Amino acid sequence: MPSVRFTRNIQRHVECPTIDVPGATLGEVLDAYFATNERARGYVLEDDGKLRKHMAVFIDGQQIDDRETLTDRVPEGAVIDVVQSLSGG
Amino acid sequence: MARCHVSTRKGLFTLERGAAGWDIARASFVGDNVTLAMHDPRSGDLIAALNHGHFGVKLHRSRDGGATWNEIAAPNYPEKPEGYTPKMPVEGVPVVDWSLKLVWALEPGGADQPGVIWCGTLPGGLFKSADGGESWSLNRELWDDPRREQWFGGGADQPGIHSICVDPRDSQHVKVGVSCGGVWTTRDGGSQWSLTAKGMRAAFMPPDKQYEENVQDPHMVAQCRSNPDVLWVQHHNGIFKSADGAATWTELIDISPSSFGFAVAVDPNDADTAWFVPGISDEKRCPVDGRVVVNRTRDGGKTFETITRGLPQQHAYDLVFRHALDVDRAGRTLIFGSTTGSLWVSEDAGDSWNALSSNLPPVYAVTFEES
Repeated sequence: MPSVRFTRNIQRHVECPTIDVPGATLGEVLDAYFATNERARGYVLEDDGKLRKHMAVFIDGQQIDDRETLTDRVPEGAVIDVVQSLSGG
Repeated sequence: MARCHVSTRKGLFTLERGAAGWDIARASFVGDNVTLAMHDPRSGDLIAALNHGHFGVKLHRSRDGGATWNEIAAPNYPEKPEGYTPKMPVEGVPVVDWSLKLVWALEPGGADQPGVIWCGTLPGGLFKSADGGESWSLNRELWDDPRREQWFGGGADQPGIHSICVDPRDSQHVKVGVSCGGVWTTRDGGSQWSLTAKGMRAAFMPPDKQYEENVQDPHMVAQCRSNPDVLWVQHHNGIFKSADGAATWTELIDISPSSFGFAVAVDPNDADTAWFVPGISDEKRCPVDGRVVVNRTRDGGKTFETITRGLPQQHAYDLVFRHALDVDRAGRTLIFGSTTGSLWVSEDAGDSWNALSSNLPPVYAVTFEES
């Protein structure tokens, strides 16, 4: 299963431990993660489900292409990093 | 003990009036961007709005006077209808994303509505909680009004609701101020809305559009508690007053040193007395001649006096945002804070001022507790 890990900076607001969750696309993986941690959803995604403007997501070190509907494919056993962009200050 | 909450770019600071005067008694959320705070006189709750750049807008509530805080639900926009395409606003760009960008107004409902809180947001939303902030719902009647799509940003990319006035005589009677979209009124708690900005003038529009009600940019709307039919507005291009519950508005002109600004406060016990903190103009948002002054009228706007006592009179470039001036329930104590981190208090209805700090982060909002 893919593993999801979060930036240290988010932890003081909402604890986001690294865990393995199922899913074949980024949207499926994040949905599975947020099902275990609902409060974290609003810290990463906008109300309409897009990735927040100043957040970035990498799948095995590659930045994702689809920030709006999160359709990037996630290989079995991939590592997903959810980090904050420096563009946000 | 009298208390006041100061929301800043780097935290929430609680002031208390002790024997020696006002002082900062507590700092909360230090390092975080606190854009607004609300005290609920019915429950004693405090609500703070935070805007984490990366992680979005959050609300926190304290039920012990600010000693401890818990995150509560933030207003959440509903899903857009399938195939929805927003209309073009009068100027600027349409609201494509239905997603919370900023909490710009928080106001307790009436005394007979415990738990009701109104919340104004960017983009252009009015939310209501019936349970003290545990959950929120968007007022669809205002949101779905086709005229709402015509609103446009003033000082921000998107339009927003910054002022909410609940009539103390009737909790169903609510007014909201929109930048840019005028003033709107409901008399039935939000089922039906009227655009009530007749008489306002928007100098920033082409000549034949300047009196259109839905393009007005009231920076702040203040309602007199003891005479709620009187409302004062610091508008983008001047000062306006209504004496008939927002049915009509009159522009007050020839005000020295300027009629431009953001903040306005009205005496809760005297509708003729109001305070403003002027800047040069929309093109130059700083005090005239580098002098911080407070403009006060005590005769309903016929005349204004420019008060300087205790305020810096050379090389001061403080701007006072729309929520950063407040007056207490007695109408005697006022506090305002600036973009450059200064904070001033007056305990004589504005006759004279004392600096409480010159070193705070940029101040967004000042909120007295009501006992």
